[in-house]
Amino acid sequence: MDIKQLKINYPNGINFLLTGVGGQGTILASNVLADLGMALGFDVKKAEIHGMSQRGGNVISYIRWGEHVYSPIITQGEADIILAFEKLEALRSIEQIRPDGMILINDYAIVPVTVSSGSSEYPDDEVIQESMQKFTSNTYWIKGKNIAEEIGYPKASNVVLLGALTALLEIDPKEVLRVIATRIPQKYYVFNEQAFDSGYKSIQNRSH
Amino acid sequence: MKRILSGNEAVARGAWEAGCSVASGYPGTPSTEIMETFARYPNVYAEWATNEKVGLDVAIGAAYAGKRAISTMKHVGLNVAADALFYVAMTGVEAGLVIVSADDPSMHSSQNEQDNRQFAKFSRIPCLDPADSQEARDFTIAAFDLSEQFDTPVLLRMTTRVCHTSSPVEVTEQQQQIPEKGKYPRNPAKYVMIPANARRRHPVIEERVSELSGFAENFPYNKIEYRNKSLGIITGGVAYQYAREVFPDASILKLGMVYPLPIELIRTFSESVDKVIVLEELDPFIEDQVRLMGIELYKPAKPLNSGYAHTKSIFPITGELNYAIVRHAAYQAGLINIDVKQEPINLNVSLPARPPTLCPGCPHRSSFYVLSKLKVPVNGDIGCYTLGVAPPLSAIDTCGCMGASIGVAHGAAIAGDQERHVAVIGDSTFFHTGIPALINVAYNRSNVITIIMDNRITGMTGHQDNPGTGFTLQNQATTELDIEKLVLACGIEKVLTVEAFQVDVIEKTLKQWLKEDGPAVLITREECALLPSARKRYLPLQVTDQCNGCTVCFRIGCPAILKSEKLDPKYYRPLAIIDQELCTGCEICAQVCPRDAILFRDQVIALRKSEEG
Repeated sequence: MDIKQLKINYPNGINFLLTGVGGQGTILASNVLADLGMALGFDVKKAEIHGMSQRGGNVISYIRWGEHVYSPIITQGEADIILAFEKLEALRSIEQIRPDGMILINDYAIVPVTVSSGSSEYPDDEVIQESMQKFTSNTYWIKGKNIAEEIGYPKASNVVLLGALTALLEIDPKEVLRVIATRIPQKYYVFNEQAFDSGYKSIQNRSH
Repeated sequence: MKRILSGNEAVARGAWEAGCSVASGYPGTPSTEIMETFARYPNVYAEWATNEKVGLDVAIGAAYAGKRAISTMKHVGLNVAADALFYVAMTGVEAGLVIVSADDPSMHSSQNEQDNRQFAKFSRIPCLDPADSQEARDFTIAAFDLSEQFDTPVLLRMTTRVCHTSSPVEVTEQQQQIPEKGKYPRNPAKYVMIPANARRRHPVIEERVSELSGFAENFPYNKIEYRNKSLGIITGGVAYQYAREVFPDASILKLGMVYPLPIELIRTFSESVDKVIVLEELDPFIEDQVRLMGIELYKPAKPLNSGYAHTKSIFPITGELNYAIVRHAAYQAGLINIDVKQEPINLNVSLPARPPTLCPGCPHRSSFYVLSKLKVPVNGDIGCYTLGVAPPLSAIDTCGCMGASIGVAHGAAIAGDQERHVAVIGDSTFFHTGIPALINVAYNRSNVITIIMDNRITGMTGHQDNPGTGFTLQNQATTELDIEKLVLACGIEKVLTVEAFQVDVIEKTLKQWLKEDGPAVLITREECALLPSARKRYLPLQVTDQCNGCTVCFRIGCPAILKSEKLDPKYYRPLAIIDQELCTGCEICAQVCPRDAILFRDQVIALRKSEEG
């Protein structure tokens, strides 16, 4: 898809919400999306909420692409696309998705201390899926962590999801890879490229 | 050319383009990246000061000496630096001086949400309030010019949302050339604030406010956008963005300079629209001033925000705004017809919280484990170790501001509290404002026990060097402060440095000291587990079949220790397992395990060897 088609499909621009746990590469992924939006000719804003996230908390970032973007953040029911790098965090942000918005979920759990200490329970997959169904059926579960581990670079599940997103939005993968290359150290590029391709193909294989 | 910059990066960029060559500040979310970015520009000097007051004094010194200078801090840092702020407001400067205050509405990582625009009015200096990264860059440059034109420091007030939002910024590659100033000013009438001089300066700075108010009338960043004239909105800072989202057709007076205000411009705008409102985050800072001008603001039919006597007329006084909040308040005030775009769906599932915790391998954990066991009252401080308050450690009883721990503990001691008090403070916080409080303990002889948790870095704000690390912000090797010698020099005779992971040593020492009288300082020393040098030593530990699910290891609150699905056959309690990705091998759990069911590093290495062999 070229940018014209993207603008037809998303006349008001695209609001992305990225969510994960500190250390999962949420910030890198959001940097890539911000750069990409600008490269595609959108006005862009990227807002990060990461006060104490290095200490195991949740990291959320918002990226908005549009003709002219004012507010850096969005609120309930206004995310067009959610990229969730962790299942529980996907559910925590679900109220922000717009009706039938698209959600990409890394099929991976990072157990919070409140669960490991036994004071609460991690929701079952069925609970997560059923809860999401109330908001949208447009969900894509991606084994980002497994794919990244197979490649031998477990950190790259963020890039696996970016690959999947690129396929779903039908953006030129070369364009996205070019942006990724500017955001990571060169020595890790090969791993990231593989992770991206695997994510990209995981969507292509589904639709064919 | 355009590039995507965060608000903080844009301030650094603006400062560099404006020919600013000296920066001094103290790390504090959300301001930290300004200094980190600025330090990497060519031909600049940038330093981490020991605290914000020192940082501002340094920047003032540079500005007196004729160099454009900037000082950065988070909002509460300006409380620390307030003494310096008020004298430099009186003296003015030789070269441009910009003070950046990064406010934190909604307290994403702060103890309060004070609105530092008030400091501008309080100290009689102009305040610029950018709404995005482009303005952050532009206003920084304008602030330096303003500073020199009006012989005043300028407050650049940022907020978390502006600091940490990235958007495209038009920059130039040209750095302004600042003409060399002559000799250091020998002008005591202006720079020596003895009462006689200060009395002469006060009318000067009051007059300066009047002049600035006049200047503000034509200041290009105070601008009217006329659209539909049935509603006019006076706004500044990030609130402008929400105004554009919620009221796309309204006329807007956007104030880039929020102090002092352009009286005529506000009057003209107010008279040209049917009704006028003020939209701003936190305090009714603009709103109160506009009311004092005698301008009648739109009054909702029924009062909103009931409960506060001093609040704003329409929008909330607490918390960060977003456009849902603005839209809801506008709807309640009868300004718009629709509250939400569509009925929101609610999740109605309770989710486990994911609170920030002490990381796996955190060297602070052992002290908190011991303190929670000893059940002594603990006065805490600001840093990662504030997380010692969280269960299951639950080991901190008070925490107010930087450096408060030691003084507050001393206060309890001299008030005759029956229990012995322990103050806990990190290395950087100790250097920041802990030292005078410790001297006070020694001088006034209370029996406070202070633990200085020396993790060899400023942790919470993301690993900034400090006087204890041996390196500067610009990565120059420097002298490394010897905490133990410093403590001795403060007059504390009982001082011991231990390795932070030695649970038994910490426990034995504290138990002994609690029995004895007089002040004491325990320095627990170990690198932050997230430092690259510490990461190299990661070695995940293992649980053996000796585990019977006794739960003692869960009490240290380590995210790497999990309850397994397997139950102990005798007691039906879940057995412990160790997450091999999270565990760093700090051995705290192995030390506290009563059944020796967790292998120490040596044992893990031996086991691996035997398995391989």
